[in-house]
Amino acid sequence: MIRKGTMALAVTAALAFAGGAVAQTPKKGGSLTFAISAETPHYDCHGSDTYATLHFAAPFYSTLLQFDLPKYPAIKGDLAQSWTTAPDQMSYTFKLHPNVKFASGEPLTSADVKATYDRLRAPPQGVVSTRVATFADIGAIETPDPLTVVFKMKAANAAMLAHFASPWNCIYSAKDLAADANSPKVKINGTGPFIFNEHVKGSHVSGKRNPNYFKPGLPYLDEWKGVFMLQAAAMLNALQGGQVLAEFRSLAPPERDRMVQAMGDKIRIEESSWTLNLLVTFNTERKPFDDVRVRQALVMAIDRWGGSQGLARNSTLRHVGGVIRPGSPLATPEAELVKLPGFSKDIRKSREDARKLLREAGVPDLKFVLHNRTIPQPYTPAGIFLVDQWRQIGVTVENKQLETAPYLAGLNSGNFDVAVDFSNLFMDDSSLGLTKYLSLGKSAENRSRSVDAELDSLYERHMRETDVAKRKQLIQAFEKRLFTQAYQQPLLWWHRIVASHKVVMGWEMSPSHNLGQDLAQVWLNQ
Amino acid sequence: MLRYAVQRLLLAIPTLIGVAIVSFFLLRVVPGDVVEVKLRGDGGAVTQETIDMERKRMGLDKPLMAQFGDWMLGLATLNLGKSMWTDRPVVEEIAIRLELSLQVAIMASLVAVMLAVPLGTIAALMRGTWVDYVVRIITIAGLSIPSFWLGLMIMLMLLVLFNWLPPITFTPLYVDPKANLTQLIWPAMAVGYRYSAVTARMVRSQLLEVMNEDYIRTARAKGVYEKLVITRHALRNALLPAITVLGLEFAFLIGGLVVTEQVFNLNGIGKLFVQSVSRNDFTLIQGMVMMIAGFYIIVNLTIDMLYAVFDPRIRYR
Repeated sequence: MIRKGTMALAVTAALAFAGGAVAQTPKKGGSLTFAISAETPHYDCHGSDTYATLHFAAPFYSTLLQFDLPKYPAIKGDLAQSWTTAPDQMSYTFKLHPNVKFASGEPLTSADVKATYDRLRAPPQGVVSTRVATFADIGAIETPDPLTVVFKMKAANAAMLAHFASPWNCIYSAKDLAADANSPKVKINGTGPFIFNEHVKGSHVSGKRNPNYFKPGLPYLDEWKGVFMLQAAAMLNALQGGQVLAEFRSLAPPERDRMVQAMGDKIRIEESSWTLNLLVTFNTERKPFDDVRVRQALVMAIDRWGGSQGLARNSTLRHVGGVIRPGSPLATPEAELVKLPGFSKDIRKSREDARKLLREAGVPDLKFVLHNRTIPQPYTPAGIFLVDQWRQIGVTVENKQLETAPYLAGLNSGNFDVAVDFSNLFMDDSSLGLTKYLSLGKSAENRSRSVDAELDSLYERHMRETDVAKRKQLIQAFEKRLFTQAYQQPLLWWHRIVASHKVVMGWEMSPSHNLGQDLAQVWLNQ
Repeated sequence: MLRYAVQRLLLAIPTLIGVAIVSFFLLRVVPGDVVEVKLRGDGGAVTQETIDMERKRMGLDKPLMAQFGDWMLGLATLNLGKSMWTDRPVVEEIAIRLELSLQVAIMASLVAVMLAVPLGTIAALMRGTWVDYVVRIITIAGLSIPSFWLGLMIMLMLLVLFNWLPPITFTPLYVDPKANLTQLIWPAMAVGYRYSAVTARMVRSQLLEVMNEDYIRTARAKGVYEKLVITRHALRNALLPAITVLGLEFAFLIGGLVVTEQVFNLNGIGKLFVQSVSRNDFTLIQGMVMMIAGFYIIVNLTIDMLYAVFDPRIRYR
């Protein structure tokens, strides 16, 4: 029987944390205005993968479980009052809080949870769920009584409990879904701490306190407003001028420095490593990148350890790591990582070996175009860095930055030589993190177009392995195979920097900008 | 004049049809897919089946000519369709931004007129004096300084000197005039200054030309007061080219304040244009192109009508 709280607890690299928030008694009332640097296309958590949806919608919804951020990656109940996991991990039983009501006034029952998860795992015609694969192991959902939900599994999945805590699994009303399965795209009716107030498209979204919220005493705020501020300069001015009190995604280091210089002790800066990384991806269907020697040479020429220090000064790139976020429980330790191709600290020797490999492959004067994205942070510094690294082994590279649409079109159609690719995870879960590297056909996210049965097999074995130590070994074997073949390789992991006025209390920093945005615990010390 | 106006409006129909055809097919040449951007733009592990399903739901799997037919049929019934990004009606998406953009354009035009006419007139009347040189410096600076940079400087000045910034969300004029004007006066000034520089130079050069005309000499010979010579005879004629510039600039301001809107975090048409282009939201782009084309047609017609008001020699039949 696995109970809540059994996961390893670790908050990684959270610096300068606002400890004062814990000590003080929260005050009720007030209105929080914060910036959101993107605007969601719709309100449906199930069909979205952008933080823009969560920073907008999370305060209006509840989930079954949620991450306990001060103890991340531990999980705690949200709508679930308690839960049990079968010893063979083939079933999960959740007991729901009683007296939970939707904003519409309807009571929440297990039927709503079932309808929500049915929509997530097998969306009806015309509904988009981006989590079908995540919940593919669920065989059936039973509701023995209005406050009990039982998930019966087709196969054991070691990451399942963490997936139930995903912030994307907003619980919708079964009645709403029955009336129109696509209603959550345009209508908000949740059981979260806040009730939807208004969305002025292109301008802002706002919410007001839910008087019927099922957690006693919460939320603290009377209302909040999220202002869409797409331009960093405008957002920084507004933060400095106090028009917005926080931006919960991230600033770049120079932006952080400007805020600290301008605002001194009025601003709080919280930092953490981030569950995002940039990758170098080779199109293995194109010559000469179909030659493993060329790919290996190019990854070996990159001085990640030295580069991370320089890039950390002007970009959100910072941490050297493998396929799992460095510092997280399943990550490969540095001592092991440096033995893998592309991660050696002896960059001079690595580059000598790289030049040798290029000569052997018959391309000592290799030239190619680096397919990159126009978003400045951190794509531009990453592109410039890579051009310089490859120049040092005699390779000439043109850094071509494209708008998001043509950039993605090129990546997904295989119309590139080498690309700066990206991976965005909402938590440190290897079943999410490793998917990107599976064979083309098994993973839509594998832009290298590689096919590798060994990687697929290692992934499948790790998915079914419930022993953490063995799981870690399988991940390391996966990493070794992946980096030796060098289809695609993490360049650097991102570093998250969140700035907020010191009056904003109770918000918890985490390694993912998708977590902890329901604002239930946030209060204003003024 | 009414007959002429109706003729011009009828001529707008083939113009708009041409714009519709060109905008539809040119956009289809652009690489990228709105569904990919929407579902995979942030790195989500979305399956190809999900992408295909969404494309089908949006009708993007239909042949190009069928999509074109749908678009033209919609236009004929004044239905611009739904935004591919938000799934909301294009008209709704445009309408909520148009109020702000129109107001900024009107306020910037007023700032421009209030600065340009007196400055251009004074510079022409005091040609070659220090006043003329000062006005020329002011106007050349206006032409040289990009509006967005001036906007940035205004914002930083307000922040550093007064520790104050204008409101960041739009309040309609009829709801709260003070909040509305304190937000929009700054972008109007930043844009209006550059706009006034162009117009002031136009007024100055035209007035200098008109002042040498025979009818001005005749008016003076008849003993008309100099003030009346300038206001009734000279300035009225000198303003004709300036009206053209003002009208075209006004139409441009509706959708052209891309960077300035971002500096002031204004929720206007320019920002929407850029966002929809970067998202490949074709239906929204097409809707906005049609709207701006419509504005240009109306503004041009208005300018032509104003010619007749300002110049008695012009008669439309």
